[in-house]
Order: sequence, then C-alpha cells, then structure tokens
Amino acid sequence: MERCIGCHSCSLACARLVHRKLSWDTAGIRIASSGGLSTGFEAKNCLACNPAPCVLACPTGAYSQRKGGGVIVRKSLCILCGECAKACPVDAIYLDPSGEPFVCIHCGRCVNFCPHNCLEMKEIVASDNNENLTENQK
Amino acid sequence: MIRNYFKVLLYDLTLRKGTFIKVDGREEVAGGSGLAALLFNKYCNIKDNWDSPEQSIIFTIGPLTGYFPLMSKTVCAFKSPYHNQYAESHGGGRSALCMRFADIDGIVITGKANRPSCLFIGSRNLELREVHYLWGMDVQVTGKILRNMFRGSGHRSILRIGPAGENLSPMACINVDTYRHFGRLGSGAVMGSKNLKAIVIQGDGNFSLVENKDYPKLFHDVFKQLTTTEMMSKYHNLGTTENVAVLNEFKSLPCKNLQNTSDSEIKGITGETFANDALLRNAACAGCPVGCIHIGFVREKFMEENQYLYRQVSYDHEPVFASGSMLGVKNCFSVLSIIDAAEKMGLDIMSSGVALAWATEAFEKGIITVKETIIPLSFGNAQSYKEAMFYLATGANDFYKTLSQGTMNAALKYKGEDFACVLGQEMAGYATGEVFFTSQALGLRHSHLDSAGYSYDLKHNDKNIEKAIEFLLNDEKARVFLTSMVSCLFARNVYTNELLKDCLSVIGYKNIADNIEKISVEIQKLRWKTRISTGYDPENIKIPKRFFEIITSKGPIDAVFLNSLTQEYSRRIMSLVQE
Ligand code: SF4
Ligand code: SF4
Ligand code: SF4
Ligand code: SF4
Repeated sequence: MERCIGCHSCSLACARLVHRKLSWDTAGIRIASSGGLSTGFEAKNCLACNPAPCVLACPTGAYSQRKGGGVIVRKSLCILCGECAKACPVDAIYLDPSGEPFVCIHCGRCVNFCPHNCLEMKEIVASDNNENLTENQK
Repeated sequence: MIRNYFKVLLYDLTLRKGTFIKVDGREEVAGGSGLAALLFNKYCNIKDNWDSPEQSIIFTIGPLTGYFPLMSKTVCAFKSPYHNQYAESHGGGRSALCMRFADIDGIVITGKANRPSCLFIGSRNLELREVHYLWGMDVQVTGKILRNMFRGSGHRSILRIGPAGENLSPMACINVDTYRHFGRLGSGAVMGSKNLKAIVIQGDGNFSLVENKDYPKLFHDVFKQLTTTEMMSKYHNLGTTENVAVLNEFKSLPCKNLQNTSDSEIKGITGETFANDALLRNAACAGCPVGCIHIGFVREKFMEENQYLYRQVSYDHEPVFASGSMLGVKNCFSVLSIIDAAEKMGLDIMSSGVALAWATEAFEKGIITVKETIIPLSFGNAQSYKEAMFYLATGANDFYKTLSQGTMNAALKYKGEDFACVLGQEMAGYATGEVFFTSQALGLRHSHLDSAGYSYDLKHNDKNIEKAIEFLLNDEKARVFLTSMVSCLFARNVYTNELLKDCLSVIGYKNIADNIEKISVEIQKLRWKTRISTGYDPENIKIPKRFFEIITSKGPIDAVFLNSLTQEYSRRIMSLVQE
C-alpha cells in the first residue's frame, strides 16, 4: 500500500460492482489518509482472519467463517446490530447510516481498477484443500 | 444523485443558518460552470463590491461528478477582488467527490461571520464553528489542526485560506486538501472577507445505482481509455513539468520576467530533474486513476549540526515556471522552497511569482529600491523570494500592499507598465505567441485553461485571424461543457461529445445527452453575459509592451497580427452576448 495514490478507484469499483452503489464507504476497501494527506494513504480492508473475530461476534449467522479466512455474508440474516464492526480489529467493516455492515468478500473485482498495482489476488490453500482466492494489499 | 433539478445549500454566515433548496435549470445549464453562473446571477449582486457581505462564494459540481473517472473537479465562482467582476476558478483534491457524497450540487455561502469560523458540511451535518485561534495561521498548520477537529479521514475535503486570504489579497488562493487549489483571481480573499477560514466537506452519503449493466461496462471502457500508456506518460510520469524542457526548446518559456523565452541552464528545473532528484511520490484527486499530482520535498536546516526538517510540496509546470524560470531560479529544490513559502501563506504561486519577477526587474532598473522591497531582489536569489512571499501575503508595507493588489496596479503606481507580464491577470507559463497572448488576455478566466491557444501557436504559422479566433471560441465552447460535468481538463481528449453523450444517458440524463451542442452554446453565452454584466469590456484590455518584444521559435512577435487578433476576439465575444 505504500504505492497508493489515494484515487479511491478501488472503493468506487467495489461499491459499483459488488454493492450496486455509488459510494466510497459501502465498499470492502476504504482509503484514508495516514496522519494527514502529507504522509500517504492507508487502506481499511479485511485481513481474512481465521478464525474471524467478526464471525464469532455475529449473533445470527449473517457472517459465517469462510474457508481460507474472512467471511461469507448472508444479508437476509442480518439484524443490523453492528457487533461485527465492533469486533473487527482493523476497522474493516463499514456500517452505513442504517447500520448495515459492508465487508470485503474477496472477489477480486477491485484489483484491475487500481492504477498503481497496490492490490493483488492471492491463492490461499485452505486447510481442507479447497482453493480460495483472497484479495490482498501489496 | 440523478435529479432534474439542482440541490443547493444556501448558507448565511451572518445568520448562522443554512437551507437546502431546489434550483431549476438542470437541462439548460447542466452543472459545474453553467450552474455556477446561474447561481451567481441569483445570489450575487452585480453592482456591489466583491467584499460586500451580500456577495456569495459559490461551489458547484456536475451531473457526472463521481460517476466516471476524472470527473473530479469543483467549480468556484465569485466576484473577484482582482477586477471586481465575475470570476471562475477550478480545484480538485477530494472536494468534488465530497460534495457528491454529501449530496449537494451547489453551495452558496453568503453573509459574513462575526468571528473567524469554519463551515462544516456533510450529508447529515451542518455546523458553523468559531475558530478564532486559527486566524493568522498558515495553510499547513491550519490543515493539521482541522484534520484533528473534524472526523472522516480520507472522505472529507478541507478548503482553507492562509494569511494572504485574511489580508484580502487578490492573489490569495483557497487551498484544497494540501496539494490542490482554487488558485486564481482571489477566491481566498473572498473567504477572508467573510471571516471564513475554512470549509470542511464530509462525503458521507451513498446512493443506489439503477440496475443496469451498461453503466459498469461503460465505466470500464472509459477507465481503460484514461489509463492508457499515453495518458499515463503525459500526466503521471513526469507530469506537466515535462513542458518546461519542451517550451524551452521552442523558445516559449517565460524567463526572467519574460526578458527571454529560453534559458541555456534550464536543466536544473526540468521535469526530468525534478523526477530524478526531488520527486517523492504521486497522488491523485479522488476519482482519478491518473494521479498527476507530483510531490517533492524541501529540507531545511533548523539548527546547526545536521538538524533538519522536511516538508512535502507539490509541483506542476505552472508553479515551476512562476517560481523558477520567471525568477531566474534554476535549482529544483530552490523552486520547491519558494512554492512552499507561497503555499504556507495561501498565495497563488502563479500570480505571486510573476509579480515578484516584475518587482525584480523594476528593482534592477532602479524604479524601486529596498525602501520598497525591504530586501534586495535579484533574479536567481531564492532566499529573497521566500521572504518576499511573506511580505506580499501580509502586505508588509505600501509597496507590497500595492503589488498584492495585482502587478499592473503596482506597475501603474511605480511606472513600469511596459514590462508587467499581465494578460488580464499575471501571465501563465506559455510564451508561445500571438494566439495564446490573445486567449489569456481576453479569455473569461484569463487562464491558459480557457482554450488551447498555446498549442495552436505551436502548431500553426499561417497568421489566419479568422481561423485562430474560430478555434479559440470553439475550443472554449467544448471546454465549458466539460467543466459543467465537471471533468478535469486533462481528460479532454478522451471525453469527446460522443462519449459524454453515452455517459450522460447511461446514468439517466437523457435530455442533457441529446442536447450537448445547444447546452454548450447556452453556457458559453451565459458565462460571458455574466462577466460583461459585472463591467467587463474586452476592448479595455491592453497587452503590455513586453509581449511585443519577445522572440519565439516562430520569430519576433508580429504586432499587427496580435493587435488584429485581440480586436477580432473582443468583437466576437461581444457579438456572442448580443446574439
Ligand atoms: S472483517 Fe475484520 S475481523 Fe472479520 S475477517 Fe476481516 S479483518 Fe478479520
Ligand atoms: S450487524 Fe449483521 S453481520 Fe454484523 S454482527 Fe450484527 S447480525 Fe451479524
Ligand atoms: S475484493 Fe471484492 S469485495 Fe473485496 S474490496 Fe475488492 S471488490 Fe470489494
Ligand atoms: S485503487 Fe489503488 S491507488 Fe487507488 S486508492 Fe485504491 S489502492 Fe490506492
């Protein structure tokens, strides 16, 4: 992420393609300036924890453990309690004004929109040998 | 948000209250430049002085802002302290996307706060906070403090002024997110006159997109076109400072107050040298994958024995010309240190650099002395220019006060009009010839961005008056539509009218999409009418003698051609309004 130029193309792509929104908030990756614009940018996105604290915190099963790390999301089960966002150690979950959580599902659609190749897809071999893709910061 | 009207925030600083109103006219003026002129006519007073509390400062975005890449600029309109007439200035950073996500098409700020204040705007916030303790602080410190006072790092835009704006200098800019500006014609002073130290816009809303596969597909196509190797190499690689060496080669780079048009020792400040020696990193306006912002560094020894501090400073062709070649400063770090001094003070670097170039020549000619300039000025002496920036911003004595009102102002008082490099306002960094001089001198914004007169000069040698003026007017018409969307003009070759038509219709602005030509003409006329209603007469614009004395790669300036161009251009501008 040291290469990031702060264009927000990744967040806009995620909102547009995954969540059908025009937004830089309702996205699996969000860009903040680190210590003011003058020192660069940092991304807030999912580290693909395994076990995932957000999943453990979710009381309904709306978030469940994804093989290889991270979460599988079932929106219909969500009661907008916000526990997942509280549990995430890196602030990767955005709660919109209605309380709906947004998190990275590691689909990789944002990767091609980063002009500085800050983002990449990595293959992760999960313990049960299912192959999973995850999106990572370089 | 797609809507057939404009959602405008009217904020009255005197009453400390704001309201959101619906303004009609979407299909007539689209947004951006068009909307700014429309709002100026509604909410500014054509006759009163620029600093009357009745006047407004206006910010607008356009229908495509945030929806497509490089739709990343905001238009600012106001009555200018420079000429007391209608003015428009454009800035980037995160301002445009923050307005989009705050769900506001236009902001109109009127009245005057009774104490220095900061206006905080969000999709669910509106607050005027008193910040008397920030008054007098430089732009960088102000930015730092505001970043801690308001939440939303990364998704907010911080517009602020420095001492130059507080002191009502027509050379005062509004700094946007540290590295971008509403640079020219004194928008910073308008904020200063309203006791408005800063505006923080938080982009904290989001919108559902219509279920429509065509939009993401078109976005992807446009994105690809805008990130081709050609675009990237032009604006991302060396950036606009690439022009320094090119213009020098064409004998078109203003040097030492335009006493020359090239310099054999230019190597120290070319784009290549900046990239090799001083470039730290690139940055981008929000929504722009090109990332044209180049950030270099200055290092200062603050104590004996290797105690250094460093600051990051953005550079571009225009600042490098104004604080480099124009001042005879030919070391990239010295240039950055002058830019840094102007940035801190909240001075527009182009106007202030050109003003100091005039002062230096006047000093060398003995028209003014240290009694006026406080410190001796000489071409190439960066240290004295850094100090002079401070004197200029603070109006340290009568001379600097007069100079900060505009170079021609000082030139008239101290006698030195012949070598004042003023084309409507302080010149931009292109001494390409007659067509550019005409376009900046008479153009609505007196900017190199009004139309591509400089590139016309470099490509044509035929001295065809009719053709040249036709080009300026047509190019201006295309640009005002782009700046009504609001696009960064670096994308102008990609966003043709055909592509804009597709972009507008795919997100739901069918009626604008089908009438681009008609709307462009209307916006062009509306802007000129607005400027002229505030007192502009293109026939009163005089081009100083210095511009007739130079030699470019095409040879000496042709005075007859230049005079005919300005006559014809002013005639055409006036007939545009009468049509
Ligand atoms: S959302 Fe946060 S807690 Fe959940 S897996 Fe990602 S990083 Fe871990
Ligand atoms: S907000 Fe939804 S996903 Fe998050 S913990 Fe609550 S129920 Fe689970
Ligand atoms: S990988 Fe997919 S879900 Fe995650 S940020 Fe990128 S586009 Fe969004
Ligand atoms: S797309 Fe890349 S460069 Fe742009 S903000 Fe995202 S990570 Fe940074």
